[in-house]
Amino acid sequence: MKLYLLMTILLSSLFSLSGCADLKPWVKPYERNNLADPIMSLGRHGVAGSYVHHVYQARESARGAEGGAGGGCGCN
Amino acid sequence: MNFLTISFNSLAGTLPVDTVDSLYHRYEGGGMTIDGPFILVRKSVGNQFSLSGHYYVDSVSAASVDVLATASAYTEERTEVSAGVDYLNEKTLMSFKYTNSEENDFTANSAFFSVSQDFFGDLTNFTLGYARGWDDVGQLGKSETEDADRHIYQVGMTQVLTKNALIGVNLETITDEGFLQNPYRQVRFIDPGNTARGYSYQLESYPETRTSTAMAFRGLYYLPYRASIKGEYRYFNDSWGIESHTYDLLYVHPLDDQWIVEGKFRYYSQTQADFYQDLFPFKDSQTHLARDKELSNFSGTTFGAGISYELGQGAITHIDRLKFTLLLDYIQFEYDNFRDVVAGEGLAVGTEPLYEFDAWVTRASITLEY
Repeated sequence: MKLYLLMTILLSSLFSLSGCADLKPWVKPYERNNLADPIMSLGRHGVAGSYVHHVYQARESARGAEGGAGGGCGCN
Repeated sequence: MNFLTISFNSLAGTLPVDTVDSLYHRYEGGGMTIDGPFILVRKSVGNQFSLSGHYYVDSVSAASVDVLATASAYTEERTEVSAGVDYLNEKTLMSFKYTNSEENDFTANSAFFSVSQDFFGDLTNFTLGYARGWDDVGQLGKSETEDADRHIYQVGMTQVLTKNALIGVNLETITDEGFLQNPYRQVRFIDPGNTARGYSYQLESYPETRTSTAMAFRGLYYLPYRASIKGEYRYFNDSWGIESHTYDLLYVHPLDDQWIVEGKFRYYSQTQADFYQDLFPFKDSQTHLARDKELSNFSGTTFGAGISYELGQGAITHIDRLKFTLLLDYIQFEYDNFRDVVAGEGLAVGTEPLYEFDAWVTRASITLEY
């Protein structure tokens, strides 16, 4: 429950910030060269990245929040 | 295990790129060798739809410490296929995917849906996901199967902080209901009547429900020279009493426009399930019994390295990008409350050495974007 509370606070802060008239997107489109570099991708390795999550899910009890949209482990 | 969606880091304002991503994977360690292919194909239809499908195989050769203690080494194969569609409407991306996984004694199905939206000048991305899974758990030699159902709820957000930094938060809750144990695995208990080794085995017995929550924070920073560093922390707990922490660090360093190298460190630790014991005091000593080492107190440390070579647009006609990647991970697992009964044969019960093993994970892939 603590996690949900923290998430709710984070999200409500974000929405209240984005609703603020004075706050404008501070990184302009022409300033996003570095962010667009493939080395700044959270999932640079495609299926190879998905596979390593599968390895960890099979060997560890923790599951979820790996950073990509996924469906968890259906292994027994 | 289902790879329901492969759209990591997808941007809500754009469809995933057309790609053929093929991987050879191999896991070797603790008496297990698992390898096979993994192929994903993705093709857009018009400028609003993208179709995808994947084919994945695990060829398993198993002689783990569990298997050697209570059964014989075996081989098996698991095949997984999926079909998915993504739909883009302005800055909203909707994704759906159905996945099926088959083994000779286990079938897993799942359906996944997510909505992803960019806003605040595209500096913020917010994603909601839901998946439903239903498994048929069989046992060789028996015709009846048991059911296990799963619901997965995901919330994710990424935020551009500066022109060199972005952060992400993910929250995921999973609920399971049904037959959640391995039908073959056994626990051991002290048995003075067994004069040869002092203990005997009985089948595991798990609760029929489990709820887990994981929350991850990650940050990615573009260094003053062309290189990036990623840090990640994940907290996990579940209704079985397991709590874990994962720390991840990744450094990516381009050597030139075509060659990129990377180094990785990961540390994972967890506490054991309430009903786990390496050695129970007597038969049926409690309602729920587990001796799965993955439910015990343990830690895992990973050191990884990788190299990729990329050919960009213009190098090959009709191909936007061609990338070759080789990734190698070395993982050390150390168990604090799981004893190696195979190595400790002949020793007094409960004094066997604690189990530990190393694993190598190899991934070799060719990614083609067109």
